[in-house]
Amino acid sequence: MTSKRILSVTVANKPGVLSRITGLFSRRNYNINSLNVGETENPEYSRMTIVVDADDRTLEQIKSQLDKLVEVIQITELDRTNIVDRDLALIRVNSSRSQRSEIIQIVDTFRARIVDLSTDTIMIEATGTPSKIEALIEILKDFGIIDIVRTGLVALNRGVVE
Amino acid sequence: MSKLTGAEIFIESLKREQVEVIFGYPGGKNIPIYNLLYDNPFKHILVRHEQAAAHAADGYARSTGKVGVCLATSGPGATNLVTGLATAYMDSVPVVAFTGQVDTKSIGTDAFQEADIRGITMPVTKHNYLVTDIKDLARTIKEAFYIARTGRPGPVLVDMPVDVLGARMEFDYPEKVDLPGYEPDLTTNGGKLERLAEEINSAEKPLIFAGGGVITSGAAEVLRELARKARIPVITSLMGLGAYPIDDELSLGMPGMHGSRYANYALCEADLLIGVGVRFDDRVTGRLDAFAPKAKIVHIDIDPAEINKNVDTFISLVGDAKEVLSKLLPLVEEIERKEWLAQVAEWKRKYPLAYKDESRDIKPQAVVQELNRLTGGKAIIVTEVGQHQMWAAQYYNYSYPRNFITSGGLGTMGFGLPASIGAQVGREGELVIDISGDGSFQMNVQELATISEYNLPVKIVIINNGTLGMVRQWQELLHQKRYSSTILKNPDFVKLADAYGIKGIRIENKDELAVKLNEALEYDGPVLVDAVVAWEENVWPMVPPGAGNHEMIGGEQDDK
Repeated sequence: MTSKRILSVTVANKPGVLSRITGLFSRRNYNINSLNVGETENPEYSRMTIVVDADDRTLEQIKSQLDKLVEVIQITELDRTNIVDRDLALIRVNSSRSQRSEIIQIVDTFRARIVDLSTDTIMIEATGTPSKIEALIEILKDFGIIDIVRTGLVALNRGVVE
Repeated sequence: MSKLTGAEIFIESLKREQVEVIFGYPGGKNIPIYNLLYDNPFKHILVRHEQAAAHAADGYARSTGKVGVCLATSGPGATNLVTGLATAYMDSVPVVAFTGQVDTKSIGTDAFQEADIRGITMPVTKHNYLVTDIKDLARTIKEAFYIARTGRPGPVLVDMPVDVLGARMEFDYPEKVDLPGYEPDLTTNGGKLERLAEEINSAEKPLIFAGGGVITSGAAEVLRELARKARIPVITSLMGLGAYPIDDELSLGMPGMHGSRYANYALCEADLLIGVGVRFDDRVTGRLDAFAPKAKIVHIDIDPAEINKNVDTFISLVGDAKEVLSKLLPLVEEIERKEWLAQVAEWKRKYPLAYKDESRDIKPQAVVQELNRLTGGKAIIVTEVGQHQMWAAQYYNYSYPRNFITSGGLGTMGFGLPASIGAQVGREGELVIDISGDGSFQMNVQELATISEYNLPVKIVIINNGTLGMVRQWQELLHQKRYSSTILKNPDFVKLADAYGIKGIRIENKDELAVKLNEALEYDGPVLVDAVVAWEENVWPMVPPGAGNHEMIGGEQDDK
């Protein structure tokens, strides 16, 4: 049984690293659901949050194969029950003047924000768990979605409570 | 401190790594290095194709255990290395490849002879580098050699733009490497050794499956001690041939697609299978659900990613084969295992590797057997890929590590001739025989020029059946003898040898096989033997593709 698993991967912040990681996934036929990369507190390292669709055996393979890459420093599988995970989306929808207030209401309900307005479109910024973002997108479909861009999942372990 | 050019730093760094020889080919972007090689800081072997440089470095590394080094120019020179790097990668061979590159300012502009060799070789190297700043050059070379030879070895490529080779910098070769993401030894076996020893001591039909990792780690001797102490029969993968003396009573040779019947029977009956330095390749396992059906599988390997990759293991130990086996040795008990060994001996007696020698034609197996007899099983055998490779694996008695040099994982035709150059350079004074096929031989035939130029006394024995025999065999057995593109119109190999200034010998008659092979082996210098053999001979036994090891066909003594 495959399921979505989250890997937090610390890598050396060097050119070509992203290509090495994605190359490994495609070469070994592993599925990436989303991949997010950014600098960490230490500029020598980047952190990738990779969501993969895998069973236990494949996940072990992915971890060991990633670990062999010289530029991969550390791999942690995040436990979904003990993390803060967020996805950020920018969504542009059709919006006639008459629909505007309804959209604003939806946006408020989801604690999203309106970040741009034109005569017939609205751009919404939403942050949250992927399921919340998906729920918002579903509702907005009624108005006609023009563009969506998403960061993909970023996640960190929660702090340990002593 | 005076400043050195990048090219000088390259030379000095290689000296620090105790490099003895480079296999290479010059071009526009590595001229600064060739300018220095003119003064002979170390031996340089000029090959005739960059692919051969990579294979020669590979053959040198496999036969000596040292890191092999090859050098090419940018663009096509670099891309020609790719097959060689992929070959070394699949068989875990330590090779460092250096390439020239267009100057850093031109990278990305599609400049003349520009190719993104770092991008191209990412999936076929253990690691690779593009050095864009001379201050990184010495450190990068240090790291490249370190990564290539440690842990599970493999090829590393270093791409060097020509302006970096021309820039100047004080030379400071680092003492240590600092690679926080590289951990070559992940040995973590808490308690598992004891568990494994218990399993071995209580097993009734244990079987050791030794692979290339045993040879790489220098574990052949301790393997022998272990097998003899605990009385465990040993099968060896293609890459593992030489890890255990084949004529030992406990040796069962090679299992798998073209393994012996007795090795495959043992696999099917064993209750404990101990894989050491193997990767449970599909050519050995056959259909996975029928592989070693009665056995608990143990896996000892230095690469954690190999554990549970192809087969599920009962106990797995990550670590260097020599270290693990040395620690295991005192824990195993001396057990007679009379029944199991009697069973194994019975299989060996009843189902030996056999072929029918009835026709007037020379049988290819006989050529290998004769070579075995004449050399006492002591030569360094290099092969190409195909039927002759399997016969070379089956009918030569390997007793020493690093004496069988073959492209196992990638199965690279054209590997043998250049690899034999590397082996002969690395093991000067020893007898190197390239057992070749008429198809494979022509894939790097230009290397006859290299052999001739350096007067390398390689004995090339072409098992000439006029076909691409392994594919033809499959066509015969699986595609109704529709020999599509597998019958070759070959050149006169003896004349070809002559054109390169190499002695050529043709053998067509059975009764002159021994005499002429002996003449070739006795000859002081390179020789090419064109052994014309029965063209429709097949490699037996054979586990058909997709079948289990118990379903092998052919090769029984009476099955003629």
